[in-house]
Amino acid sequence: MLATQRTDKWWIEPTLTAFGFLCFVIYTTWRAFSGENFVADNYLSPFYSPLLFENPAGHGLDHSWFGSWPTWVPNWIPKSPAIFILIFPLSFRMTCYYYRKFYYRSFFLSPPACAVEGIKQKNYKGETGFLIIQNLHRYTLYIALLYILILYYDGYHGLFRDGTFGIGIGTIILLINPTLLAFYAFGCHAFRHLIGGKEDCFTCPAGNEKIKYKAWKKVSLLNSKHMLWAWASMIWVALTDLYVMLVSKGVITDLNTWNN
Amino acid sequence: MSERKFSVWKGTPEGGKLHDYSIEVDKGMVVLDVVHEIQKLHDSNLAARWNCKAGKCGSCSVEINGKPKLGCMTRLNEYGEDETITIRPIKTFPIIKDLVTDVSWNYEQNKKIAPFKPRERDADGNHRFMQRDVDRVQEFRKCIECYLCQNVCHVLRDHEKKNKFVGPRFMLRLASLEMHPLDTENRIEDIKKEYGSGMCNITRCCTDVCPEHIQITDNAIIPLKERVVDEYYDPFMKLYNKIFKKSKLRIYIIKSYLVTLR
Amino acid sequence: MLDVKEIQTIEHDVLVVGAGGAGIRAAIECAKQGMNTGMISKSLLGKAHTVMAEGGMAAALGNVDSRDNWKIHFRDTMRGGKFLNQWRMAELHAKEAPDRVRELEDMGAVFDRTEDGLINQRNFGGHRYPRLAHVGDRTGLEMIRTLQDFCIHQGIAIHMECIALDVLKNNGKVSGLVAYWRETGRFVIFKAKAIIFATGGAGRAWSVTSNSWEYTGDGLAMAYRAGAELMDLEFTQFHPTGMIWPPSVKGILVTEGVRGEGGILLNNKNERFMFNYIPEKFASETADTIEEADRWLDGDKEARRPPELLTRDVVAKAIMNEVKEGRGSKNGGAYLDIASRQSAEHIKKKLPSMYHQFKELAEVDITADPMEVGPTLHYFMGGIKVDHETQSTNVPGLYACGECAAGLHGANRLGGNSLSDLLVFGKLSGDYASKYCQKNRLESTSEQEIENIIRNATDILNKEEGKNPFLIHENLQKIMNNHVGIVREEKELIEGIEKIETLKVDIQEVKAHPASQYNPGWNAAIDLSNIIIASEAVAKSALIREESRGGHTRLDYPDETKNGLEYNVIIKKGTDGKMETRKEMRSTPPEHLSKIAFSSLEELEENNE
Ligand SMILES: Cc1cc2nc3c(=O)[nH]c(=O)nc-3n(C[C@H](O)[C@H](O)[C@H](O)COP(=O)(O)OP(=O)(O)OC[C@H]3O[C@@H](n4cnc5c(N)ncnc54)[C@H](O)[C@@H]3O)c2cc1C
Ligand code: SF4
Ligand code: SF4
Ligand code: FES
Ligand code: FES
Repeated sequence: MLATQRTDKWWIEPTLTAFGFLCFVIYTTWRAFSGENFVADNYLSPFYSPLLFENPAGHGLDHSWFGSWPTWVPNWIPKSPAIFILIFPLSFRMTCYYYRKFYYRSFFLSPPACAVEGIKQKNYKGETGFLIIQNLHRYTLYIALLYILILYYDGYHGLFRDGTFGIGIGTIILLINPTLLAFYAFGCHAFRHLIGGKEDCFTCPAGNEKIKYKAWKKVSLLNSKHMLWAWASMIWVALTDLYVMLVSKGVITDLNTWNN
Repeated sequence: MSERKFSVWKGTPEGGKLHDYSIEVDKGMVVLDVVHEIQKLHDSNLAARWNCKAGKCGSCSVEINGKPKLGCMTRLNEYGEDETITIRPIKTFPIIKDLVTDVSWNYEQNKKIAPFKPRERDADGNHRFMQRDVDRVQEFRKCIECYLCQNVCHVLRDHEKKNKFVGPRFMLRLASLEMHPLDTENRIEDIKKEYGSGMCNITRCCTDVCPEHIQITDNAIIPLKERVVDEYYDPFMKLYNKIFKKSKLRIYIIKSYLVTLR
Repeated sequence: MLDVKEIQTIEHDVLVVGAGGAGIRAAIECAKQGMNTGMISKSLLGKAHTVMAEGGMAAALGNVDSRDNWKIHFRDTMRGGKFLNQWRMAELHAKEAPDRVRELEDMGAVFDRTEDGLINQRNFGGHRYPRLAHVGDRTGLEMIRTLQDFCIHQGIAIHMECIALDVLKNNGKVSGLVAYWRETGRFVIFKAKAIIFATGGAGRAWSVTSNSWEYTGDGLAMAYRAGAELMDLEFTQFHPTGMIWPPSVKGILVTEGVRGEGGILLNNKNERFMFNYIPEKFASETADTIEEADRWLDGDKEARRPPELLTRDVVAKAIMNEVKEGRGSKNGGAYLDIASRQSAEHIKKKLPSMYHQFKELAEVDITADPMEVGPTLHYFMGGIKVDHETQSTNVPGLYACGECAAGLHGANRLGGNSLSDLLVFGKLSGDYASKYCQKNRLESTSEQEIENIIRNATDILNKEEGKNPFLIHENLQKIMNNHVGIVREEKELIEGIEKIETLKVDIQEVKAHPASQYNPGWNAAIDLSNIIIASEAVAKSALIREESRGGHTRLDYPDETKNGLEYNVIIKKGTDGKMETRKEMRSTPPEHLSKIAFSSLEELEENNE
């Protein structure tokens, strides 16, 4: 394993990516299960959005869609509203072509780096075996597109505190979050295909440029920086949550026009 | 002029080893120049392929310090002054001798692919399509068949699934046919079943080594995978295509569109 | 010891030697005519020289400028070739090139498009109108890949890395050919009714060349040994713009497309010196002020072409002269500037491989800085003498097409006329070779002949002591560069021929490592016996043409002479085994063609049919 004739430091990249991603996973898991400090006034942490129910402690009532923590939820389910919804963005990211690349490389060592031998699998199946589910990526994309709307809605909420219009650092952070997500999701390979990439000819039969072509061009531009947007949006979502948590705990004070 | 150290793998299918050489090097020299110096002054029997010496023919693929590269486009000043430069044959294909490997498998894959089948020419004897319709295809057609991508692809290199996957070079060729505005053949079923689009796990090593800087994974393989999804994993899309793509309804719409244009 | 019966034997109707554009096109035609067709090449399929062609393929499609038609293409070709071309060949070429290009598109080629979605065409030296169908600066790649992907489905037997040694004959007719596999070093006998040579030129005889190791004149030498005549070999084209720095890349081509896209040549005083070198014959069609040249670049159809786009012989000699008079660039050439003429984006789109070539090999960014360029040996106008239409040589059953055949280009080839040449005459040769096969039987082969050929090759391996083939080759390159270079002189040529004679003795003594499997030393040693013949033929032809014309420049006879138009120089192997040179009188040109060639442009544009 890890046999190679490469003399350069090929392991730096997969290790760094793995480390960065692990940090995110650990942080997210901790926050998702904590079920606390996800609301600070009119700011809602994106990990908890859409907030279907408030948590048992009664936090986030004005953000929640269906009111208080339902009694029919069995006890063994962690008492955190994030549980219901985190699976969606997670499935989007986990089936994303970029994420696949890096976790196949960093975690499955398949391959760890180019011209470096990973775990030799006699029965290597690629994405034809269990991983065939990756083909459902476009469905997770549809959900992600909904998420962009929801998160903008949260950002919009961030503009009103107790009915008064205003703006705070938190608002800006909350608005940047779905924007980065949009850059990421609109550069998605599945989106690029659906929006126009699946055509063999953009201007046939009459030679006129169609809207499809223009859309495909723009999407392709985003797509060429897909990795960048993947990281930017992922880091930002964690930062947004961190910000909301710290404000909610009172560790920092949000600068805003409402004088707190 | 200065002396540099090189280490070159020599051998046959039965085995071989690295041989060390110390070569006078001149400004601007590339690795292929070194191979020629060795042939001229030390070992006229050192087997290597080359043709154009300008990165255009894709003959001189080797692994330099473990990285798949073109010998004729790799300058010595990419490496530290006293670093030994090691040259080995590409690993994925059987050795013939020294730096020469048997790449005939690739030619067999190409032959399997259903050839280009153009639509009819226009009445005046010309084919018409716009530059922006073929920018994609032209990127793929830059391929010089150096097979560095085939060499580095772990499906072929480590897992030896040559019977299940045609490799990135031919996914690229398939993409260039499938996205060709004149082509009327449909190869999607074969792309999934025969050519093994599912074997690729989009880890992008092919793209990393391509000397023509073709975005093999992003622009060719993934779009093909998405086309396979349309056909096999997306029932809604399939339904949609059934209704609007191949049906009489669609033909009717196109016809009336053309009529309004005239 | 050597049992000929044991040797692998393969039978075909037609054997095509060479898998470049010409060879593959010929093979496709043979297969189409139902011939059992074989094709051999020194390298792998798709790696032949054609892959390196950059600028484009000339055909009067008239897509960009509708004034263009075959007559003007014909006229340009004749004028570029200084009227020494074979008239009928130039006619056929100009007439058929457009169809061959369209046919390539039906095989899958994807040319750059015009605004209306037609095949785009670019300007090139000597072509009156934008005429070169192209794909960025990798037209040759597009062409060979298209032909390659098409031909593998035509039932052609493709034998790769199989090197032809010599032709076999019986009753004066072709009966087959002996070759060896590079991989194993084993020999193989091909029995065939007809053989088509499409082996390319012999540029490796010079040290500064754009050609690859394959270009050792094998086809020329094999045809010569088989009794075929060679023609026009004094006309060697030096491409004006090869890379000159760093030393290890000296000779690598910089496409004329750079100038076609507006690139200009400057000397170390920053002068556009080409304005000082406009020959009288072209004066009326060339811009004489910078202002007019710039208008042309902006698309003004009234403006005349900039002098950078004069024919290659003119530009190469101009650069040589600037260097000689002390106005050369830092490393002894000229500056070629595109950076100040086009946007970085346009350059990267239209000249991507030039951009990479300079970036990676010379660390020069051509979108910001000028390139340094100088002449490099590029092309053989001369070659095997063939019939203008059937492409047959004087040996029955032996055909030639592509760069190894002579006639189309006369004294100087226009850029872009080679790729179209390959298709037009590749097809014709395949056509007529097939017809020949239908009328003739397979001849028997002589064991004695086969044994001799093989013995010659294996002798090199069986020596205790001997000379290094690579060093001999280097010697030859020096001789050719110094004595048979861009400008030639009687004294130098005679001296060169003497040196070639002594080199022949050395070649008798070459030795290679005894292992015959994939042995470059052995391959090089065998090639030497061919390239030396090609070199001798060039030098001797150059000696007897006492004038300057196109690709042949004599210091001692600096002008074109009237008499020079009356003959072609022919090389043939004499009965004594020595090389014979003679001048063969040209027949009078067909009237309808000479009328076109000497018409004014306006006349030709008008009666365009
Ligand atoms: C850098 C460069 C750029 C060029 N650009 C242009 C351009 O823009 N436009 C243009 O029109 N022309 C251009 N040319 C010229 C043109 O490319 C060549 O003249 C043309 O490709 C020759 O084609 P061919 O088919 O005759 O031979 P090639 O393509 O050279 O093929 C020769 C074949 O013969 C085989 N062969 C040779 N000897 C033997 C043997 N003994 N046994 C078996 N096989 C043998 C070789 O392996 C090879 O397959 C360019 C040339 C170069 C070098
Ligand atoms: S991206 Fe796919 S084809 Fe390319 S190297 Fe990786 S597995 Fe192979
Ligand atoms: S795609 Fe790139 S790496 Fe692969 S064969 Fe073509 S040029 Fe080489
Ligand atoms: S490919 Fe990354 S989000 Fe779809
Ligand atoms: S020799 Fe042609 S690519 Fe290196």
